Amino acid sequence: MLSSHGRKLAALTVIGTAIVLPLMVFVLGPNMPPGKDTQVAKGQVFDNTVLLVVMTPFTVFILVYLIYALWAFRAPKGETELIDGPPIRGHGPSQIAWLATTTISVLFLAVFGSTELLANNGAGGGGGPNPVAKPSGAVLPIQVIGQQWEFTYRYPTYGGVETAQLVIPEGQEIAFHVTSLDVIHSFWAYELGVKADANPGVDNVAYVKADHPQTFQVRCAELCGLWHGYMFDTGLVVTPAAFASWIAARKSQFAPVSKYLPPYSTTYAPDPQHRG
Amino acid sequence: MRRLLGFNLLTAVVLGIVGFYVGWWLGHQINGPSVAYFASTGQNDIALFVAYIVGVIGFLAGLGFLNYPVSRMLGKPPSLREKESEGIGRYLGLCTDHKVVGIQYLLGIGAFIFIGGLNAMLIRLELMRPTHLVWNGNNYLTLVSVHGTMMMGMMTSGILGPFANYFVPIMIGARRMAFPRIEALTFWLLMAAGTILMTTFAFGGFPTGWTGYAPLSEQANMGMDAYVAFFALVGLSMTLLGLNMMATIITMRAPGMTWGRLPLFVWGTFSTAVLMVLAAPVLISVLLMLALDRTAQTGFFNVQAGGSPYLYENLFWIFGHPEVYILALPGMGILLEILPVFARKPVWGYRLAVTGMLGISLMSWLVWQHHLFVSGINADLRPFYMLSTELISLPTGFIFIAALGTLWRGRIRLTVPMLFSLAWIFNFLIGGMSGVFLSDTPSDVTTHGSFFSMAHFHYTIMGGLIFAFFGGIYYWLPKMTGFNLNERLGKIHFWVMFVAFNSTFGPLLVIGFLGMPRRVVTYAGYLQGANDWVSVSAFVLGASMLVFLYNLVWTQVFARVPAEMNPWGSKSIEFSLPSPPAVHNFDRIPTFGPDPYPYGDDGAGIGQRPVIAPARPTR
Repeated sequence: MLSSHGRKLAALTVIGTAIVLPLMVFVLGPNMPPGKDTQVAKGQVFDNTVLLVVMTPFTVFILVYLIYALWAFRAPKGETELIDGPPIRGHGPSQIAWLATTTISVLFLAVFGSTELLANNGAGGGGGPNPVAKPSGAVLPIQVIGQQWEFTYRYPTYGGVETAQLVIPEGQEIAFHVTSLDVIHSFWAYELGVKADANPGVDNVAYVKADHPQTFQVRCAELCGLWHGYMFDTGLVVTPAAFASWIAARKSQFAPVSKYLPPYSTTYAPDPQHRG
Repeated sequence: MRRLLGFNLLTAVVLGIVGFYVGWWLGHQINGPSVAYFASTGQNDIALFVAYIVGVIGFLAGLGFLNYPVSRMLGKPPSLREKESEGIGRYLGLCTDHKVVGIQYLLGIGAFIFIGGLNAMLIRLELMRPTHLVWNGNNYLTLVSVHGTMMMGMMTSGILGPFANYFVPIMIGARRMAFPRIEALTFWLLMAAGTILMTTFAFGGFPTGWTGYAPLSEQANMGMDAYVAFFALVGLSMTLLGLNMMATIITMRAPGMTWGRLPLFVWGTFSTAVLMVLAAPVLISVLLMLALDRTAQTGFFNVQAGGSPYLYENLFWIFGHPEVYILALPGMGILLEILPVFARKPVWGYRLAVTGMLGISLMSWLVWQHHLFVSGINADLRPFYMLSTELISLPTGFIFIAALGTLWRGRIRLTVPMLFSLAWIFNFLIGGMSGVFLSDTPSDVTTHGSFFSMAHFHYTIMGGLIFAFFGGIYYWLPKMTGFNLNERLGKIHFWVMFVAFNSTFGPLLVIGFLGMPRRVVTYAGYLQGANDWVSVSAFVLGASMLVFLYNLVWTQVFARVPAEMNPWGSKSIEFSLPSPPAVHNFDRIPTFGPDPYPYGDDGAGIGQRPVIAPARPTR
């Protein structure tokens, strides 16, 4: 049913896919961002691998097709007279096959993405004040307050103490409550697989559970003005015991100033508008 | 000396500057010291907005746009045409010949794109080092913002302006556009807008990027007003351009040019025009709200006053997502126009391609909140926007399969326009596939707002739109000006540009995956090697534009080798006219056969060239 060209193209596509697909699954896939440090991050690596697998056959087909067409269907060198190709205006079965494959792949991707989102693999993305999928068990809330041009972190279950460094205990489900005092920022903890916009007046929640002690980068991922490029710091994942002593030390260290902080709230009244 | 007086560009510039200062003075009278806010900041946004508005009115009056409405109000008889005489002067003022407007667009937009490209070079210069190198934070952000705003604003008309204005009337067998004066107005509005955006440097620049997110854009200095005025004028120009295109394509098709026979470039123009007419007014509205927030102290986007930054994000992307398809669709039209000529075959799957274009046009309205996946808004709706975003790859796939099918068993000739078209397929493939990561919500957590998304849209817009734009230039410019471009220089331009483009934006996809956010002046030290590679590639990419400029100036100004009527053996109707076509396009209005791409037919089949009809009364 396929022409000779069609058979060759199909064979090349299958061979190409057979070569590239294992590379995607076993070589590129495990190295996809954001890494394997948290459950959320691992879930995103898995999602990225699945996306690579789905897009590989299409990419290979189109690239093989382009190369094959340029090799097989070139006008002979030195042909000055314009000779037309055959007037093929379409081919029903190919069009239907293309429509069917792309539709099935796209619907699969959408269903897969939605299930993964509900299965908490997307829990690191800001899910608004009431996220659809909540982790089970005890959750430690930490408030992330964006302001021009730094993040500060408030621990409501520890007397609302506010620190300039983010320290979280390992093996504990964390709920980041991200908000802003002025413009829109975005809290991006790369290794944790967390990104949530900090909007003034909005409590944007993202969940994460870190597996082991480590450091991680925190950067602002939404343009927030003059020093946006300098709005970064390093966070720490520590053992529960180390966390307990750290937070106790911060509580006593900041006790003289903590009483001047506004009472803990999901959002705070932003500063009056001022010009930077 | 006498020839300099009258309604022309010189008068327009003088009146524009005078208008600006009159408006500036006027604005200070309205405001005065009574508004404590402006007095305390020394930043009078009201005066600046009034100055821009009066300046633009002065500029347009100087060009002569008020002459017609005023003379009609005084009861004089209508005149249909203005300044359609021969000579270089018609390019420097209000001219209602659609071919002159097309060339005006090409030069005017080209100049502003060149400025935007220079900004990109300066940005890459700064990113040669992980810490501060050349620019301070404010200058860097202004460069980033002007680059993005200039490109996104100007390139909305990047293909419709030069090529659709020039060739759509010819392709549908018309002698002019439906509204020739509005056609000229869209171009001059765009020039006024571009100039206004450049004035931001005099007022301290603006820090928001092309998105202008509130509340950052509300606390920004006076330079922000240039952004607001620029984009609002661009929006006005887009709305009028879209209306004009729709009216022309709907009402002015020649006998035989039914909807099913329209060349695909005209379909691409039509689907873009629909988006322009519907999307640009949303942009104008949201910028009006922003301007009111900045001047009259309304609180649309101010949380304390009961407003919401989400409102800005939503409205901006309701415009902004159709906007990116406004950029992509005309490129698809040019692609499917060029491929049949150099594959010597009809378009494969004409109806599929049309469905694809109209499908993209429709579905682009349903996806905007994928820009807000991590913003915390409507979290429950994320699966819907994931689905709609992924579904839009179906109509895009139609374009791909039509392009690939057209190559099948053709007799491919690798001319410069063909090379740019094939590169379009490659670039847009990578752009589309990288988009899959952004459309998937869990995966988007990493890629959102990173260099990955920046590289993704450069692959679709620069790799798609700009490559198609250059394909269109190499394909059509000899027809437009009557002088050939140099093919050898064209091929050098193509290969340098193609390799440098991929060498620039390919690594940026990886850099984004590795965790570098967009629009930052500093980055992690271990990314310096990759960033240096990207910067050097970007400079080579910039240098390839110099090859093009040299080719353009040398062949069009100095060498001036006359172009043949049909250098490519194209069967499209514009190539049956002399280069350049006469002012009135056709001596007689043509009638069209059933097949817009009659390649591969021996003449007895259904395909046939458009035939010139016997004399019939026209208009």
